[in-house]
Amino acid sequence: MNGVERPTEDSGGRVLLRSVRPYGTGEPVDLLAENGKIAAIGEGLDVEADEVVHAEGGVALPGFVDLHTHLREPGREDAETVESGSVAAALGGYTAVFAMANTDPVADNAIVVEHVRRRGTEVGLVDVHPVGAVTAGLGGTKLAEIGAMARSDAAVRVFSDDGHCVDDPLLMRRALEYTGAFGGVVAQHAQDPRLTPDAQAHEGGNAARLGLAGWPAPAEESVVARDCMLAGHTGGRLHVCHVSSAGTADFLRWWRSRQVRGGVSAEVTPHHLLLTDELLETYDPLYKVNPPLRTDDDVRSLREALASGVIDCVATDHAPHAEQDKDCEWSAARPGMLGLQTALSVLVRSMVRPGLLDWRGVARVLSEAPARIAGLADQGRPLEVGEPANIALVDPESEWTVHGTELAGTAVNTPFEGMVLPARVFATISRGRVTALGGKVEARGGRS
Amino acid sequence: MRHLLTAERLDSETATAVLDTADALKQTLLGREVRKLPTLRGRTVITMFYENSTRTRVSFEVAGKWMSADVINVSASGSSTSKGESLRDTARTLSSAGADCVILRHQASGAPHRIAEWLDPTGTRVVNAGDGMHEHPTQALLDAATLRERLGSISGRRIGIVGDLLHSRVARSNAHLLRTLGAEVVLIAPPTLVPEGTEDWGAAVTHDLDAQLPGLDAVMALRVQAERMHGGFFPTEREYSIGYGLNPARAAKLPEHAVVLHPGPMLRGMEIAPQVADSPRAAVEQQVRNGVHVRMAVLYHLLAGEESAA
Repeated sequence: MNGVERPTEDSGGRVLLRSVRPYGTGEPVDLLAENGKIAAIGEGLDVEADEVVHAEGGVALPGFVDLHTHLREPGREDAETVESGSVAAALGGYTAVFAMANTDPVADNAIVVEHVRRRGTEVGLVDVHPVGAVTAGLGGTKLAEIGAMARSDAAVRVFSDDGHCVDDPLLMRRALEYTGAFGGVVAQHAQDPRLTPDAQAHEGGNAARLGLAGWPAPAEESVVARDCMLAGHTGGRLHVCHVSSAGTADFLRWWRSRQVRGGVSAEVTPHHLLLTDELLETYDPLYKVNPPLRTDDDVRSLREALASGVIDCVATDHAPHAEQDKDCEWSAARPGMLGLQTALSVLVRSMVRPGLLDWRGVARVLSEAPARIAGLADQGRPLEVGEPANIALVDPESEWTVHGTELAGTAVNTPFEGMVLPARVFATISRGRVTALGGKVEARGGRS
Repeated sequence: MRHLLTAERLDSETATAVLDTADALKQTLLGREVRKLPTLRGRTVITMFYENSTRTRVSFEVAGKWMSADVINVSASGSSTSKGESLRDTARTLSSAGADCVILRHQASGAPHRIAEWLDPTGTRVVNAGDGMHEHPTQALLDAATLRERLGSISGRRIGIVGDLLHSRVARSNAHLLRTLGAEVVLIAPPTLVPEGTEDWGAAVTHDLDAQLPGLDAVMALRVQAERMHGGFFPTEREYSIGYGLNPARAAKLPEHAVVLHPGPMLRGMEIAPQVADSPRAAVEQQVRNGVHVRMAVLYHLLAGEESAA
């Protein structure tokens, strides 16, 4: 492919989705996408189409939006690239992803964010939105060129030092204030570094027994509390990344019940909704992640908080790692887990099957809320005529066994390895074009 | 027993069998001029130490040699590991080079578990010689051997472990093994050195050493590592010593028969006073002697199988 192409430019075809159930409710209908928009919805549509997808009553949801993805490019292309990450995203039902700033070089300037944005457009499977660093070089000492990134072609609106906490309270205050000029949001990795020296695992019985340095929940909770208060004081917008503890959920419930200035939103990862630190027994670094897997009580609280809206959305924290960075001793391993292709299934297992969320709720937490938080006008929209044709089609009845080697990209570090999960994305439509179908991505101009 | 990775997973029967073998080996060697048994002739034992250690490494080496095994010592510095080779590659290299048993000390908790998983298909046995803050199972076995000799039995005895419980692999291994063997374990430390979540250890936790002393059959003092002294875990060495040091006044509060243990190396004047360390109730040197026999027994159970005679 040559040069820069906007995804909207090549969505001229007509795609007909036969027999879908929008939001999993009602009788199956047909849905026609044309010129990147939903052109018609109705029973037994009698139209010609360039491509017909037989959904057989599958659930249609607005395309998923991931506020928290690590695409590793530039710098660690051996673990993931914009291309391989886009493939994983399309297969997982995503039509937009936010690529975290902790690349090498760091995405702390207009050049790097424009490069990532351009690579995403070239690959053309999913809208890739670069996240800009809050501080220069993720160093935590001075602000990055936030304005330059916001005004660049990448039009960055989400800023995060993810992987590191903006722990200096004055710097965090400035970031919350400064991003207000562009309608930006600061996505905070809440972790007090002074409370987590060399932290390896949730501080509790398992870490104590296994001899792993503890990552105490208050190290997250205290930073979240501080940041909420700073957002309230400055009127800035705070997004809390990967909430992992019951205490954080409790605080957010209280904070959000009050009328305060500023805005606070929060995300939870699929792995924190399903897995606990019981898995650390084997010392397999597949289960090493930051913030760490915690306890059953935390999982229960996070599920309740997501169901009630205290936590707005699910974000994957998709973190591919090269084999040598995971197949080693625990303390030497890098934290992080694959997530893009398993998010929907894990959400169905942890929230839908137990009755905590219906398909409308899935649309809310995987698409509508993250699009709103990031200020995307063309994502997370209702499945209605005239709206953008960004759609994930889900087979709610299928079951599949997760194998890292069968997932996209070279990295295999899925913590769901060997698990049988319910429901699967079988097609993704991005701006009216089929990007994934039946477990294969469709590159521009045809299947690959 | 396929590998020896933790004391936690040792059942009472296996642990007792190892201790009985250690006793038998000790009796067999008693008074012999040449302390060498042919049991492990032709077997290759490799010690791989990623942390400095004198007593544990020497103890394993002597144990292997007294059993006629070929013992090879690999230290992490000066070998390929200092060139950045992964633990997995190093372990597989040693296994391919013919190691029947790899004895590993590593700064990462769980490193022996990982090696055991990687090497299991090759048949190489793995012994944990101390991993991070996790476990040091042969230390717990030699402590149990010493307590059996001194007290006659372990079951029903009340044993205090004093010191840096948070960072100590010796404390973890001993707490598990002593409980498995029927002892009542009391963990004694300032609150900053007690890990969060010790409820499952089956041991009482207290901060008051003096109150415990009259009821203890044995007290084990843990080494306080230098880096902890400046880590803000307690105000000063002097204050630690006043609260938790085994000084003569404290030793006097112990019952007549009570034993004092220390895994070494000792910081005299800090966690234990010289008068106590050198008193008849201290078993420090006996622990070291038993260490060799216990490690012989471990190698025997891992490499010789049940059919060979000790």
